[in-house]
Amino acid sequence: MSVRPDRDLARGLLMCAAAATGVMMLDGLMHQVLAQTPFGAPKRAPESQAGGIVGWILAKQAEFYREMSATIRAAKSDGSAVWTLLAISFAYGIFHAAGPGHGKAVISSYLVANQETARRGIVLSFASALMQSLVAVAIVGICAWLLNATAKTMCGTERVIEIASYALIAAFGARLVWTKGGGFMRALQTRAPVPAMAGAAQHHHGHDHGHAHAHHHHDHGHHHRDHDPHHVHDEHCGHSHGPAPSELAGPGGWRRGLGAILAVGIRPCSGAILVLVFALAQGLFWAGIAATFVMGLGTAITVATIAVIAVSAKDLARRLSGGSEGGGALVMRGIEFGAAGLVLLLGVGLLFGYLAAERVTCL
Amino acid sequence: MKQRLLSLLLLAGVLASGAKEAQAHPHVWITAASEVIYAADGSMSGVRHAWTFDDMFSTYALQGIETKVKGVYSREELAPLAQTNVESLKEFDFFTFAKADGRKEKFLEPVDYFLEYKDSALTLHFTLPLKTPVRPKVLALEVFDPAFFIDFKFADKDPIKLVGAPAACQLKFQRPNDSTATAQRLTEDNFASGDNSNYGAMFANKISVQCP
Repeated sequence: MSVRPDRDLARGLLMCAAAATGVMMLDGLMHQVLAQTPFGAPKRAPESQAGGIVGWILAKQAEFYREMSATIRAAKSDGSAVWTLLAISFAYGIFHAAGPGHGKAVISSYLVANQETARRGIVLSFASALMQSLVAVAIVGICAWLLNATAKTMCGTERVIEIASYALIAAFGARLVWTKGGGFMRALQTRAPVPAMAGAAQHHHGHDHGHAHAHHHHDHGHHHRDHDPHHVHDEHCGHSHGPAPSELAGPGGWRRGLGAILAVGIRPCSGAILVLVFALAQGLFWAGIAATFVMGLGTAITVATIAVIAVSAKDLARRLSGGSEGGGALVMRGIEFGAAGLVLLLGVGLLFGYLAAERVTCL
Repeated sequence: MKQRLLSLLLLAGVLASGAKEAQAHPHVWITAASEVIYAADGSMSGVRHAWTFDDMFSTYALQGIETKVKGVYSREELAPLAQTNVESLKEFDFFTFAKADGRKEKFLEPVDYFLEYKDSALTLHFTLPLKTPVRPKVLALEVFDPAFFIDFKFADKDPIKLVGAPAACQLKFQRPNDSTATAQRLTEDNFASGDNSNYGAMFANKISVQCP
């Protein structure tokens, strides 16, 4: 029970860092909220100019995207143009995924919130990008090709899917907040050395608190798997010594990942829809489908890169905070809780229009 | 220990950037040609737009529209689509923002709208009447999509015309990439607040008409 001064200092610094992490995450989110609200009241000075890296990425995307329609036209008479189309689509996908949507924030936050590996981050990124491509092909295949529906009908479909996707992200986030809230509260409670009896009592208190908090957010979405018993089990393991990697890779772990894939992948990219309809009109639907999947591959590479950075950053934090036991756990649980909250905020923000995602093509 | 703290802050920055880096980018390109319309008494009464969509979006918009002759779309056959277009554009204030001597002006519902299909591109024509015609010293018009989903580029030839304007009125037009003029324009038009402070506004086309 001896409290060494250097350990107190370390703990203090780490808590500051945890607070700073939270503030900066919130700041990042606020930037997005304020800068992206198209007609919203709060306006702020433009933080980036059309030049620089952002301008370059935008210019490149525009270039690739506009080349796509010309290349599809060319492919009608010259089959070899399809290879050019695929190359352009791939490059476009890589650049394009740097923009909003495509689930970078959701996947990265999910990985940080759960103790996920970089390998799993890559798998999730590719799976969700594949699903996005499949949904785009399904929408255009069914609406345009089979039913010959108008653009109005198609965009109506996109809108419904969009709302479903945001609701799923919110529900997914609510579930993460619920499960991670408990761990964070317990880390807060057990930070100070306490006798065993009191510790047990506080554990109970912390658990209750986590529950109440989750229920509040629970109202925003509805997720039937919130009562997943497997998760509760994970929770307790996490409390004692952290889940072993084998547990995460187990069947339950992959099922949890499926939630992320579904929430992110259900919303297709507007660019893919446009390319598919254009290819269909040119009588080259198959080339459009191929382009869509290659585009998805490019997208997956960008999303996976960001996901791996997020996971590595968290690993770094774990190593750095490993020196002090109580404070380290608090920082890690804090980061996880923050990341879970971010997913929930993203979902709710998108659902209620506080955050502008890529617009669906309704004109 | 300080090093550790710094590393952690760095990490926080990396995490925050995950939410921050999102920037919109265009999926639809419009080549615009617009007319500023003046009434007989010399007051500005509205704006007439002709917006030509890129071929990809034109094809998308035409999906599922039945025609008598394949590949030929008459104005009548395109009428329902034109209706949909102007109805959807309402949500975005028609991407047209007017200020008369620094005061925001409102537009009424569009009139005389129709679609034209030529050279595999759709052109949407519509007129936006001003709610109350104005006679300002400086009229400022901006055409842009604040979310930058649509990239507006004015035509190289005759981008803006004044129709029926008093002879003394002078037209100035500034394209979004003309960065050299930006600083000057900001003071000139008193754009200190409002429309040019959001993201898409960096890509705004700025029209100004000065009538002494």
